[in-house]
Amino acid sequence: MIGLAHYLTVAAILFVLGVLGIFLNRRNVILMLMAIELILLAVNINLVAFSAFLGDLTGQVMAMFVLTVAAAEAAIGLAILVIFFRRRGSIAVDAADRMRG
Amino acid sequence: MIALIAFYLFAAGTLIPAVAVIFARNPVHSVLWLIVAFFNAAGLMLLAGAEFIAMLLVIVYVGAVAVLFLFVVMMLNIDFATLRSGFTKNLPFGIIVALVLLVETVIALSAWKAAPGLSGAAPPPARVPNIEALGELLYTRYLFPFEIAGLVLLVAMIGAIVLTHRGRGDVRTPKVSRQIRRDPEEALKLMNPGVGEGMEL
Repeated sequence: MIGLAHYLTVAAILFVLGVLGIFLNRRNVILMLMAIELILLAVNINLVAFSAFLGDLTGQVMAMFVLTVAAAEAAIGLAILVIFFRRRGSIAVDAADRMRG
Repeated sequence: MIALIAFYLFAAGTLIPAVAVIFARNPVHSVLWLIVAFFNAAGLMLLAGAEFIAMLLVIVYVGAVAVLFLFVVMMLNIDFATLRSGFTKNLPFGIIVALVLLVETVIALSAWKAAPGLSGAAPPPARVPNIEALGELLYTRYLFPFEIAGLVLLVAMIGAIVLTHRGRGDVRTPKVSRQIRRDPEEALKLMNPGVGEGMEL
């Protein structure tokens, strides 16, 4: 029998993998964006699991909104990446120090 | 029983590719593993009874986001070998942080008691199809957030176009605003020259 804990465990592991991906690929923005997608996927799995086990569809609506924001974020992130690469010829995160942040 | 086997299959199919995403040497392989992970996550959501979200995951993530990643990875001529230089240096620290996070989550999960409404058993069978119920909710109670989501997508689209648009200097393009600003009074001159007289322009 699939329980709620099954889904929550899978989502937790996926979330941790996403965080690990951000830590490991500190210089590669593309892989960081992919890790963020993994994190958002984990959030979506949680939302859908709770929605299913509560018998309340609100969670699935929220999962849709998360999906929307994830798509928008990926588009904008990759657009910024493209113009950054055009200017610098590299996508190393350490090279992005023009604004002294 | 068969559902449980399918669950473990999909869970493994989500988590193992997720590991491959962050450890792959070639970013193109990373994107391809990401696609596999998304497909299997869609399977997980199908098992939970969220058919619409599962299909949306396949269409939006695999069909749009992953292809966008693939385009960017393959079109930009990036030297990925140098980008991996900090990988082994960050590995111990990253593993420690990930383990701490995982242990914390597991502790929180085991200490957590389900709310009374949350049975922890299988979800009750739906009376209406998932898509129908979701649409009814989306177009009534959540109409405003739905519209805002559309607006977010519009802003993202315009933003991405404006950011990456490159005006080329070597191409002559029509200046649309100047063309529109022209009116007949200054663009047109009616003359009626007499016979044998010239006409000045």
